[in-house]
Amino acid sequence: MKHYSAFAVAREALRYHTGWERAWRSPEPKKRYDVIIVGAGGHGLATAYYLGKNYGIQNVAIIEKGWLGGGNTGRNTTIIRSNYLQDPSAAIYEKARSLYEGLSQDLNYNVMFSPRGVMMLAQTQHEIRGYQRTAHANALQGVKTEWITPERVKELVPIINLDGPRYPVLGALWQERGGTARHDAVAWGYARACSAMGMDIIQQCEVTGVRSENGHVVGVDTTKGAIDCDKLGMVVAGHSGQLAEMAGFRLPLEGIALQALVSEPIKPCMDVVVMANTVHGYMSQSDKGEMVIGGGTDGFNNYTQRGSFHHAEETVRALVETFPMISRLKMLRQWGGIVDMTGDRSPLISKTPLGGCFINGGWGTGGFKAIPGSGWGMAQLMATGHSPLTEAFSLDRFKEGRFIDESVAAGVAH
Amino acid sequence: MLTLHCPYCGVNADETELDAGGEAHIKRHGPGSDDNQFHDYLFTRENPKGVHLERWRHAAGCGKWFHAARCTATLEVFGTYPAQVYEPPQDIKDAISAKRPGWSWREFE
Ligand SMILES: Cc1cc2nc3c(=O)[nH]c(=O)nc-3n(C[C@H](O)[C@H](O)[C@H](O)COP(=O)(O)OP(=O)(O)OC[C@H]3O[C@@H](n4cnc5c(N)ncnc54)[C@H](O)[C@@H]3O)c2cc1C
Ligand SMILES: [Zn+2]
Repeated sequence: MKHYSAFAVAREALRYHTGWERAWRSPEPKKRYDVIIVGAGGHGLATAYYLGKNYGIQNVAIIEKGWLGGGNTGRNTTIIRSNYLQDPSAAIYEKARSLYEGLSQDLNYNVMFSPRGVMMLAQTQHEIRGYQRTAHANALQGVKTEWITPERVKELVPIINLDGPRYPVLGALWQERGGTARHDAVAWGYARACSAMGMDIIQQCEVTGVRSENGHVVGVDTTKGAIDCDKLGMVVAGHSGQLAEMAGFRLPLEGIALQALVSEPIKPCMDVVVMANTVHGYMSQSDKGEMVIGGGTDGFNNYTQRGSFHHAEETVRALVETFPMISRLKMLRQWGGIVDMTGDRSPLISKTPLGGCFINGGWGTGGFKAIPGSGWGMAQLMATGHSPLTEAFSLDRFKEGRFIDESVAAGVAH
Repeated sequence: MLTLHCPYCGVNADETELDAGGEAHIKRHGPGSDDNQFHDYLFTRENPKGVHLERWRHAAGCGKWFHAARCTATLEVFGTYPAQVYEPPQDIKDAISAKRPGWSWREFE
């Protein structure tokens, strides 16, 4: 792998950019790997990367039915924050957020992490109490957040309307080191680093079956033939249920559609991320100038990666009240992704009833921010059989009543 | 937008008039059932990419619960039927079979 640097850009400029090489190889699958990861989204690629980097396990294949990063990783609104209430969530999301800080250097790939600050508006008395409680919990967890007044909100976001008729802004939970990153670049950066370690990323190859002997996984069937492995990681977000069925067990989760939209590009007008959970809408401005907007999920089981018009309308209606100046913006694109929601809205990172088979899923509407931490913990779990970062997120928590009662992945909060 | 026929008041209702109630025909095991059964009742879901039997409420209409048979991969609706049944009536099963030959969903086919 050729190193990316300012020097490389200058060198290539002098020879008409003829010297760049492909960021990753596209090999044919081998007969056998130590580890197979199903799903080349952010979580699958990060798992492979830390297996190689932290544990020296490099005979790894990442199998993807479409193109890498084409699932939710390439469809999300890229909000990164770690201001959760419960300790296990704060731990894994803060691990992820802190890894994001150095990820571009670590991967030698610019993931455009932009810690511009994330603001969650309180628009009811209930939300004030909730967010103040979270700010106190975060102080104990060592996650830097603070409760801010409406005046400070206005200072940070001049375009906001503080005294909306129904839901005035009463304050906000503010995480200064939260922000956004370039979603595709996160997938591409991990993919390039995995490929450089000798791992095989096999795209356009669907896993169609899981093979096992004596209760232990021995390989997978794919549209490119059977491939053997010692360990299997299923990291397929909305398709977790399908993969689990192939492996002979069922999961406490369901897939529903979440959608987002972007406006035409405009001049810089808002340099933080604002989330308004009471009115169900959130917004940030991309580097290109588009306003990136997200809202609620459809209420029903759905595998079509598109949204419905009335949800987009609800979201935009709420945001127009909060930011009156966006009322005449034209919307350019709208799309959807299938998010996997568990019973307690927290993720699953776990061993499964099938030996050697692990699952990482259930990130629902909020897993982009978790990618580095989730990959870190999942790699530790797969390599050593145990990870302090992931143990609270095991599958058996539902039977044992150990819920992680957090709307980590709830309808709107990313 | 999804449109479902309410089997009670006969209205073809828009999604905005309806509340989705999740998977239908989930069996609640009685006293003496074990942890696994209770776990499955509360949390485990079929989550199929295909035929899904589910509950809906005509919230902004007659207010009653009913069932729908729908495809989660295409959003096609096979039919709706009243809530007071343990499994889909024969005409709904036939309507599904006509479009998805050989389908099965839990113990129904
Ligand atoms: C509209 C929207 C907005 C969002 N906004 C945010 C946000 O602001 N902040 C945030 O933190 N999160 C957000 N999320 C959630 C976030 O996108 C996801 O939690 C995260 O990207 C999940 O990553 P993943 O790697 O688990 O899944 P994915 O990126 O979906 O990757 C899974 C991959 O598995 C592949 N696959 C599936 N089945 C098979 C098979 N049988 N064989 C081979 N490959 C298979 C798929 O093709 C896919 O590429 C949002 C999601 C959506 C849809
Ligand atoms: Zn009705």
